[in-house]
Amino acid sequence: MTRSLIYSLFLHSLIVLLTILSLPFMTRHPIDLPPIVSVEFIQITDKTSIPYAPKARKIIEKVKEEEKRVVSEQAPPSAKAKEKPDRIPMPKEQKEKKELVKKKQNPKEIKPEVRQSSEFEKKEMLDTNEIAALIDKAKKQEAVTEKTSSKITQSSVKNSFSNKLTLSEEDALRAQIFGCWSIPLGLPYDENLLVRIKLELKQDGTILRSEILDHERMNKPGQKFYKVLAESALRAIRLCQPLRVPPTGYEKWRNIQLNFDPTEMLQG
Amino acid sequence: MKKIIFKIFLFFICFTNAYSLIEVDITRGNLNPLPIAVSPLHVEPKSQNYNDVKVKEIGEEISKIIENNFRSTGLFNPLKKDAFVQKPDIAHLKPRFEDWRLIKAQALVTGKLLIKDEKLKVEFRLWDITASKEIIALAFTTTPNNWRRVAHIISDKIYERLTGEQGYFDTRIIYVSEAGPKNRRIKKLAIIDQDGANTKYLTLGNELVLTPRFNPTNQLVTYLSYFRNQPRVYLLDIETGIQEVVGNFPGMTFAPRFSPDGKKIIMSFAEDGNSDIYTMDLETRLVERITEHSSIDTSPSYSPNGKYIVFNSDRSGLQQIYVMKSDGTGVKRITFGSGLYGTPVWSPRGDLIAFTKVRNGKFYIGVMRADGTGERLLTENFYQEAPSWSPNGRLLIFYRETKSGEGGKGFSASLWSIDITGYNERKLTTETDASDPSWSSLLSK
Repeated sequence: MTRSLIYSLFLHSLIVLLTILSLPFMTRHPIDLPPIVSVEFIQITDKTSIPYAPKARKIIEKVKEEEKRVVSEQAPPSAKAKEKPDRIPMPKEQKEKKELVKKKQNPKEIKPEVRQSSEFEKKEMLDTNEIAALIDKAKKQEAVTEKTSSKITQSSVKNSFSNKLTLSEEDALRAQIFGCWSIPLGLPYDENLLVRIKLELKQDGTILRSEILDHERMNKPGQKFYKVLAESALRAIRLCQPLRVPPTGYEKWRNIQLNFDPTEMLQG
Repeated sequence: MKKIIFKIFLFFICFTNAYSLIEVDITRGNLNPLPIAVSPLHVEPKSQNYNDVKVKEIGEEISKIIENNFRSTGLFNPLKKDAFVQKPDIAHLKPRFEDWRLIKAQALVTGKLLIKDEKLKVEFRLWDITASKEIIALAFTTTPNNWRRVAHIISDKIYERLTGEQGYFDTRIIYVSEAGPKNRRIKKLAIIDQDGANTKYLTLGNELVLTPRFNPTNQLVTYLSYFRNQPRVYLLDIETGIQEVVGNFPGMTFAPRFSPDGKKIIMSFAEDGNSDIYTMDLETRLVERITEHSSIDTSPSYSPNGKYIVFNSDRSGLQQIYVMKSDGTGVKRITFGSGLYGTPVWSPRGDLIAFTKVRNGKFYIGVMRADGTGERLLTENFYQEAPSWSPNGRLLIFYRETKSGEGGKGFSASLWSIDITGYNERKLTTETDASDPSWSSLLSK
């Protein structure tokens, strides 16, 4: 009797233990993974974004502003700054402050990013009791802005040395060649017929030299279609010249490669 | 060691250079026809009978035929001659490219001809105006009567050079010429050049003729004729005019067609209401049964490699298109769309099958891939059928019946061609009503 009681107790406690251990796991919800969103990174330089994409410009400016806010919020607590109004400012410091304000009021000297920060500041300046603190904050912000602006400058420098044309530059060139390229309609749609042409251009967009990169394929037997396509591509380039190239950055686009692929058009 | 370092250095330079090159993908272009200038061919003054107007005009006529051929393709835009600033003989020596560029020509055809000792010698050049260079130059010698064919051959060579595709201008079309009222129709075999010129009648019209088909390798034609109400399959040599009976077949015989090597004929016979597909070896005259099914199997056509046969059958209840191996095994239905499908013909390129489709009382000519996918209906009409491919697989020729006469009680049959893209639908001018066309292979290969 006692034996069976012990067994029963042991087994019951085992069941209770297992339930305690396993139930929380069972009730746990599966991890809710957000759907994967593919993001394509494209290079938008100042030139592309300002005149042609006003919406994008607004968004970028908003983001920049928010970034600044975040940075200013993350700045060390201005406990000392708060004390400032109580103490008498030293003449040297006053001079510095004046200079700073002057600098801020001079739009010529202020970069666009700085101007944005000043707009932001205007809202903050509503609290008149904290002028000094704000000036101090402004100092820090300016430092931060300078940092961010220096960051932007770095990226723009990077862009100017970047190997790609901007979207608008690329689109302009593409649109021009689309108009000049008569695709030979007799070509088969299911063959690999990519023609790569390397060009050396003059500054005005005229062609100094053109070279078909797979030119040996042109004279191979059974490559009639490739030859026809390559010739049509060369015709298009010659018809289009001078090509619509950017007015600056000659070194960047002096050598350019055009890849002619008619598959999309031939497949209809 | 130094060499290795130098190579690594060189590799680095090459790599960085390749990396720094800007690449722009051009994936779209325009579909405008290529502007081409066809200068009249210069007739040499030392030619025989130079003062004869006909001789003087041959050069002009050849250029007109070339222009018409190009215009009919829809791929070229021949420019008006009024704008030409250079004389034909001078342009043939060396064109002033700037002048031709001014009239927006991208290609130029020049040539000259000489008739001497009853022989016509024609020389032509094709110039790339944008590249300022000659891209093809050829000469032919033939009899003066052949001047039209010379124009077609020149057209073929230029077409091939500019599109990469084989030309189809030096070809002929055989068809059934029809005349008289519907109940007493006189049907004769007739042949024309692909541009509609040079009509010749090959039979007298005493017997009913049907479904002429060209041999893809030579100028032989097979057709069906009723002799004393018995269908017979004939072979006709276009060059010599000699014809022979391939055989008398029991019951109804339909649509004989050559195999791609031209050594066999494939057709369908009907016995007791059941029609099946058979082949006949032209050398041994042995007949082989390909399908054995209780349904009606007709209109067989070989794939260009001879390995498969496409045909139509009602084995599913409705007339649909099927593909099988050339020995009759592996039958597979490829059409599942609504409506009835018939007269399938495999393209000489092998990629497409042309067919006639009947749906809601209308007839369509269409193409689809060999597996039945990608169906495209090219043209719709009240009644049209029997598509036949051009030798390069770019065009289809078919016949269309239209209502005519008072109150539309009569009807008229004519030949039409259409591009596989569905554009460029054209009516072929024939002397009489015409049906059942078949396109020959190139006369000059």
